Amino acid sequence: MQFGVFSVGDNHQDPVTGRAPSEYERIKAMAAIAVKAEEVGFDVFATGEHHNPPFVPSSPTTLLGYVAARTERIILSTSTTLITTNDPVKIAEDYAMLQHLADGRVDLMMGRGNTGPVYPWFGQDIRQGIPLAIENYALLHKLWREEVVNWEGRFRTPLQGFTSTPRPLAGVAPFVWHGSIRSMEIAEQAAYYGDGFFANNIFWPNGHYKELISVYRERYAHYGHGTREQAIVGLGGQTYVRPRSQDAIREYRPYFDHSPVMGGGPSLESYIEQTPLSVGSPQQVIDKTLRFREYYGDYQRQLFNVDAGGLPLKTVLEQLDLLGEHVLPELRKEFANRRSPGTADGPTHAARVAAAEEERQG
Amino acid sequence: MTAPRLVVVSAGLSTPSSTRLLADRLTEATRSALAAGPAEPAVDVIELRSLAQDIAARLVSAFPSPALAEALDSVARADALIAVTPVFSASYSGLFKSFFDVLEPDTLAGVPVLLAATGGTARHSMVLDHALRPLFTFLRAEPVPTAVFAASEDWGGTGDALTDTLPARIGRAGAELAGRLEHRRPAPPAAGLTGIVAFAEQLAAVQRH
Repeated sequence: MQFGVFSVGDNHQDPVTGRAPSEYERIKAMAAIAVKAEEVGFDVFATGEHHNPPFVPSSPTTLLGYVAARTERIILSTSTTLITTNDPVKIAEDYAMLQHLADGRVDLMMGRGNTGPVYPWFGQDIRQGIPLAIENYALLHKLWREEVVNWEGRFRTPLQGFTSTPRPLAGVAPFVWHGSIRSMEIAEQAAYYGDGFFANNIFWPNGHYKELISVYRERYAHYGHGTREQAIVGLGGQTYVRPRSQDAIREYRPYFDHSPVMGGGPSLESYIEQTPLSVGSPQQVIDKTLRFREYYGDYQRQLFNVDAGGLPLKTVLEQLDLLGEHVLPELRKEFANRRSPGTADGPTHAARVAAAEEERQG
Repeated sequence: MTAPRLVVVSAGLSTPSSTRLLADRLTEATRSALAAGPAEPAVDVIELRSLAQDIAARLVSAFPSPALAEALDSVARADALIAVTPVFSASYSGLFKSFFDVLEPDTLAGVPVLLAATGGTARHSMVLDHALRPLFTFLRAEPVPTAVFAASEDWGGTGDALTDTLPARIGRAGAELAGRLEHRRPAPPAAGLTGIVAFAEQLAAVQRH
């Protein structure tokens, strides 16, 4: 099982100090968080993609390329890549390029975005969100697998004799996750291709994704990629950890109250009770995270959001230290103890290259 | 046939409230009109006042509190609905509207609804047809023809000599709702895996355009 950190890339004023970091500071902070994540033992760093303030990461492969040069082991991923408004040809090329520079440590997560006006800004229509996700990904999938592509679709100019460059590293495309909060079509899409399904698992109630994940597993088996249990599931989560839980609650409350997503609604206490948000001691974070498995079955990747809502970099780095030292080792041990035999491993490029090689040799 | 579920949403704010009083009278009228039929309805009354904070919280977060979730689920399982609001600033109250704003889309599609409102003066009575009826038309509910407005004076005398009395209007509205309940359609099959469109069909649908 893989553990990682995912950032939305929001750049907010710190509600406690009133300090508003510059874009420069926030972008450098995201890179520092990624480097630190590797240092404390995480397996994955993923960045969001946004095209409007207050978010900074409009160009994920630039950020991830920079991080790739400063790390050795961590997988670089996205949360999410906008499959609806990006040109699939450019996604194919950008991420194949990144895959080479990062020696294969790359995968990505497809999403439809959360900002309506992004569609018209990029010349698309939000009412076509699902068809765009379906067609664009069908093309992306082909570009990474077929050397010369002839293609005609509804949303993009046709391609004749096109070769996306560079070709994927060792001829094996980056692994793809499909993220969705409530669209069955996306669970079905992920299952059809034998790709991963990711549930962001923040801001929504415990157990919200049961039906989506169950449908994904069912259809994954239906399309012959393996058993229900072998389907590749990823989950998010959001944490704020301190050695003592009362300190965690006290320190986190102003960030919760001023959060543009969580503030002004249910109290911090009811949010902790009803959603996957864990604010507390390392043991509380461990217990809560282990419960995700009870809702969704054995899964392959757990990503934590630790830097949203204006938390200063220093605090985020302390969070990572605490998670790395007190939470990750326990989670690795406990998930391994509970895991059913036959469960898939978290996807890596090396394992996918080996599997492709095995298939070639029959 | 199982007992029909009659759900009553009352947006009255005081206790006792004339809105709740009207809701109870309408419930009773519906129940007695049904008495001759096969099944006594199961009635669930939802007082929005006790959910006010949960409704506001739901407007700014992605999910309802357990208490609000229970109320929304009850509405979703209703065979018929009685919806009663006080008139605030020439329309339904904000609390009343907010409750229907946080219902999942299509929840009320095809559900018979009895609309009613209360106010200080009968001069507000067009709220029924200018505000409530369009809202429930948008929700694709099926309001019965008679909607009931109770002004303060209706609780005393016989009201306006040119219209029916409040009890007569309540009785007629209750009978109309009961009539719809007696001819209710079978529930649609539960959604589930049957609702999945196979990927090949989804892809083909995109390419057909």
